[in-house]
Amino acid sequence: MHAWKRLTLAALVAALPMLTTATVHADALDDIVKAKVLKVAVPQDFPPFGSVGPDMQPRGYDIDTAALIAKEMGVKLELVPVSSANRLPYLQTKKVDLIISSLGKNPDREKAIDFTVAYAPFYSGVFGGASVKVSAIGDLSKKTVGVTRGALEDLEISKIIPADADLRRFEDNNTTISAFLSGQVQLIATGNVVAAAILEKNPPNRPEPKFVIKDSPCYIGLNKDEPALLAKVNAIIKKTRADGSLDAVSKKWLGAPIPADLPG
Amino acid sequence: MNLALSDLTDNGGLFLKGAAFTVVLTAVAIVAGLALGVLGAAGRRSTLAPVRWITGAYVELIRNTPFIVQLFFIFFGLPRLGVRMGSAEAAFLAMAINLGGYSTEIIRAGLDSIGKGSWEAGYSLGLTKWQTFRLVVLTPALQKVYPALTSQFVIILLGSSVVSQIAVEELTYVGSYIQSRNFRAFETTLVVAAIYLVLVLLFKQVFAFVERRVFAYTQVSR
Repeated sequence: MHAWKRLTLAALVAALPMLTTATVHADALDDIVKAKVLKVAVPQDFPPFGSVGPDMQPRGYDIDTAALIAKEMGVKLELVPVSSANRLPYLQTKKVDLIISSLGKNPDREKAIDFTVAYAPFYSGVFGGASVKVSAIGDLSKKTVGVTRGALEDLEISKIIPADADLRRFEDNNTTISAFLSGQVQLIATGNVVAAAILEKNPPNRPEPKFVIKDSPCYIGLNKDEPALLAKVNAIIKKTRADGSLDAVSKKWLGAPIPADLPG
Repeated sequence: MNLALSDLTDNGGLFLKGAAFTVVLTAVAIVAGLALGVLGAAGRRSTLAPVRWITGAYVELIRNTPFIVQLFFIFFGLPRLGVRMGSAEAAFLAMAINLGGYSTEIIRAGLDSIGKGSWEAGYSLGLTKWQTFRLVVLTPALQKVYPALTSQFVIILLGSSVVSQIAVEELTYVGSYIQSRNFRAFETTLVVAAIYLVLVLLFKQVFAFVERRVFAYTQVSR
């Protein structure tokens, strides 16, 4: 090995601990306030949470939430479009301060990053028109419910649905939606995002939320060992939920207010 | 290759239910479709021009659009016009109307093949036009096209698999349902295909039996 290569290597090895100490001891909230910029990873391919609008600007639930948090912090917002695969690396390498990217919580992710309280509902549920009085699984008896065969909702609801309910399993998502819109089924079991996408088109039959089958809400992700930032963002979510500004975001993008039982 | 057919043994009852409903769907569609076909064929040869136009339009509409589109029109489209029916009823209707279109043309060909002499023989016995059609002309006409007609019946039996799209719980639906639960796609499809094959062979036995009974007079006279 050449001497200069050895030297570079030695320098790198020597520099490494310095780098890591620097990252551990910096306080992310201080950095954000000092730079006056909040960098947030947002999706660009997952409407209604994040997509590119007709004006080529990112838009969606996650973008509006990010704007709300930046406003509360009194700093400028910088959006960083990410994919669902690279959003954690973006955070861990400090390219962003927060992930607001319809991120769900699971044990593996909790080992790698921290989560705030939930900011958005994300669930599979039963949806139907206002005239259909249903609020729990037992109310489905003698009702017709459409679901996409083999989908998560099919597997979950099949375990718990009353025997005298008429569960119709359709070939694909579009057929299930058509069956609901044409009134062939009274209710559908699907994701709240799908229901929101239908609501956005202002159909004659409105799929309004009835009850939740399986809940996996969205959380904001941030690096571990940032108690100041975590406390700050949690406080902002609580405040914006209380004053209705986060509810307005939910109504705008999901067509329904934030459910009261969203883990706070 | 590893065939795990034993994973399907618990589903025997489901397969049986699905196959039974396919048989019911097909049998009802054949009876209704045949009746529509006889009426349609008579209409196509009518002396009244509007009747010829209507039956002609019916045949062209049915034979030149896909079955699945006809089915979706009845199931998803008609509710917009205030006509609502369940998925099984929509499937019955779509299959009968579809078969009616095809059998109209087949039976018309049969009627065309019956010479003027048969009609004149009926009239000379003092029968009305309708009586002559029913008693003299129809049976030999159907006999001439019977193979083509039964082929169309087999097509409608196999085509009934399409109605699984609107959640009618027939054989194909049952197959898709089972493989959405056990992920044994190949084995399930194999079993479904085998059941269809058996069903077609059984229907062909029935068709042959009907042929021997209904067209028995030709065997006697020969």
